[in-house]
Amino acid sequence: MFRNQYDTDITTYSPQGRLHQVEYAMEAVKQGSAVVGVRSNTHVILATLKRSASELASHQKKLSEIDDHVGVAIAGLTADARVLTRFMRNECLNHKYVFEQPLALSRLALSVADKCQVSTQRASKRPFGVGLLLAGYDATGPHLFQTCPSGNYYEYYAMAIGSRSQGAKTYLERTFDSFPECTVDQLAKHAVLALRETVSSSKDTELTLENTAVAIVGKGTNFVIYEDDEVKPYLDMIDADEEEQPAEAEPAAADAPMTDA
Amino acid sequence: MSILQPNASVRGLPNADPRVASSGFKLGEHHDPYDPLDVAHPAAPLSRHFHPYEDNGGTVLSVSGGDYTIVASDTRLGSGYSVPTRYVSRVIKLTDKAVLASSGMHTDIAILHKVLRIRLTQYRHRHRKEMSLEAISQLLSTILYYRRFQPYYTFNVLGGIDENGQGWSYGYDAIGSHEKVRAVCSGSGQYLLQPVLDNQVEFRQMAADPTRKELQLEPCVELVKDAFTSTCERDIYTGDLVEICRITAKGVEMEKFELRAD
Amino acid sequence: MEKVIYVNETDAQRKPLLPSASSSVMSGLRLTAGVPLKDRDDSVLASAAGAPVKHTSRPIVTGSSVIAMRCKDGVVMATDTLASYGSLARFRQISRLYKATDHCVIGGGGDMSDFFELCETVRKETTLEYCYDDGHMITASAIHQMLARIMYNRRNKMDPYWNYMLVAGWQHGKPVLGYVDLVGSHFVSEVIATGYGEYLGLPLLRKAYREDITVEEGKKVLQQILTVLFYRDARTIDRIQIACVTEKGVEISEPTKLETEWSYKAFISGARASDVSTW
Repeated sequence: MFRNQYDTDITTYSPQGRLHQVEYAMEAVKQGSAVVGVRSNTHVILATLKRSASELASHQKKLSEIDDHVGVAIAGLTADARVLTRFMRNECLNHKYVFEQPLALSRLALSVADKCQVSTQRASKRPFGVGLLLAGYDATGPHLFQTCPSGNYYEYYAMAIGSRSQGAKTYLERTFDSFPECTVDQLAKHAVLALRETVSSSKDTELTLENTAVAIVGKGTNFVIYEDDEVKPYLDMIDADEEEQPAEAEPAAADAPMTDA
Repeated sequence: MSILQPNASVRGLPNADPRVASSGFKLGEHHDPYDPLDVAHPAAPLSRHFHPYEDNGGTVLSVSGGDYTIVASDTRLGSGYSVPTRYVSRVIKLTDKAVLASSGMHTDIAILHKVLRIRLTQYRHRHRKEMSLEAISQLLSTILYYRRFQPYYTFNVLGGIDENGQGWSYGYDAIGSHEKVRAVCSGSGQYLLQPVLDNQVEFRQMAADPTRKELQLEPCVELVKDAFTSTCERDIYTGDLVEICRITAKGVEMEKFELRAD
Repeated sequence: MEKVIYVNETDAQRKPLLPSASSSVMSGLRLTAGVPLKDRDDSVLASAAGAPVKHTSRPIVTGSSVIAMRCKDGVVMATDTLASYGSLARFRQISRLYKATDHCVIGGGGDMSDFFELCETVRKETTLEYCYDDGHMITASAIHQMLARIMYNRRNKMDPYWNYMLVAGWQHGKPVLGYVDLVGSHFVSEVIATGYGEYLGLPLLRKAYREDITVEEGKKVLQQILTVLFYRDARTIDRIQIACVTEKGVEISEPTKLETEWSYKAFISGARASDVSTW
């Protein structure tokens, strides 16, 4: 990415019809560590790779509960994610206050995407530098949504975002056909295996109890986060069968700033 | 508000103007306060105006022992001399260790419970833990006092177990005054129920007996059932069903117990 | 066929709420209706300028009872078609049933202008839901709750929508029936009646109710109860509509005339102070 004369102002198009500041914000998402989301007919599972800023620091949390029926995984600027998280929690509480029913996932994704869009069209604003994977279960079943700094949002069967997520995406593309009928455990295994694709290419890291977190939501199950010792069963699952061959991964991203997660 | 009295207002319907009705009708002088065209007394105020409050009755109680608390409420929704419905839940489980029961105006109860639930959720999100019983007791008081000049018409009892596993009950008035006690009740059957609790739970006016022990959970549940059965003999706003919550270290269990439904 | 004025003027299968200028049907309802939103804002401005804000202090054009029963296979709800103006039977062909969604119907009593404005509010919400086009449609219980919030907010402002409403629906394979009133009180129940129906109809509804009662039986029960109400409630007429919400959707009957029997001896002899008869 090189400097050009059309990227100093968020609201100025380049002659090619691009908004460079928005695209840079999209790059911030790729700097964050990877998160993976997978969906079956009944459940959605998120798996995240947590970073710590240094040996002396704790690992940055990447999963948040939004409401009983929905949670998010974040990739990008953690501070921006906090703002969006608070916004989504308020949306859910307000909706429940008025209608006494959980907010539908598609509506939540839309409202957060709309919020992102606003900061792509005002000269005085900065786009959010964070991508979200929204996982939840509502009246129309389990859903997995991705939102982008650009204001775009998509629904997925399975998705990965963040640094080196191409490896995970390749794994998911190869296996997602089997996801709909998966049990919760099988689905969790796919999520963690996909996540492992994002670390397998770099020699210095592997999935550990400290840097891995898994969250599950689905039919009859509220959004629950498993981390530290609770994540052990999920790591044991993939240790149990090691025949999976690592897929090709994209080159490692440049060293991320400390604010990234 | 009764159809049994002359000139009474029936909910949602015109009532007679007492100024006219008290003197009886004379032919040609009939004044209908409901008739927009009738300007017989243009300067006189109308007898009927909007009352934002309504008492839907209900009796709630909370009784605490060493390691348990029982919170109970009947489910009748009363309105005037009517019972519009026999089952509305007035108890809400706030956490695994705290249950709130409210009587009074049903719509205020519903909103109060919603507000509390939101505040507890926000607390959980911010602090990644559940609010303690003690903190909830103070929060409830603050929420009630916030509406000091347009109060929630609710009479609450809060019960649960604190961070040491000890059971406690809290009784409130409509604007947030509260006290921490062993046993308390509130609502339309308060005056029938409270003396029973004073005597049977706190052993007031009983001769000193060194062998006497604090009431255990199950005998206490039986006492609560008897107390409600007795209350609804004389209080028309209490009846139909009572929801009894046992709060112990294991969590909250709810039992339903039938009362007279007439 | 009787002509009824409906709230929902754009629904293709419905007749318009406001008849055209040439129509002979009275269209005075909207003129006496609650202050439209725009004017309400004006009233706030007026208040700032020192003028008093006007609140609804009493209902003007009123509907009487709404009665309903939750059945095994759906919900039935019934009203008469009268909107009274004080003791005057002013508008005799008003529908007090509003089809909110394909699986939800609202019945209203109390001030009819307030009721129609509430129906508009509900329609805004259902239209918005339709526009989302994401497979979700607002459920009857969500509409019930939303109305309860609206009513409660307005009672807090001491400016109530003067209504008693029942919300019936079919959602997730189950029937629902809820009540909401001018102070925001709300509950769900298997049988509900408002207005004089609460005194005269509710005991009959409770007596007739069974867990396995069907909508067809329910319709007959409601018809009988409305007959009783017609005999005794001076603000009820003998033209009624019955709504039925089942898995298949909402079905609101054309207005039908109740069959009444006035040849009872007590009816004929009439009421006299000396009569022992209660009539």
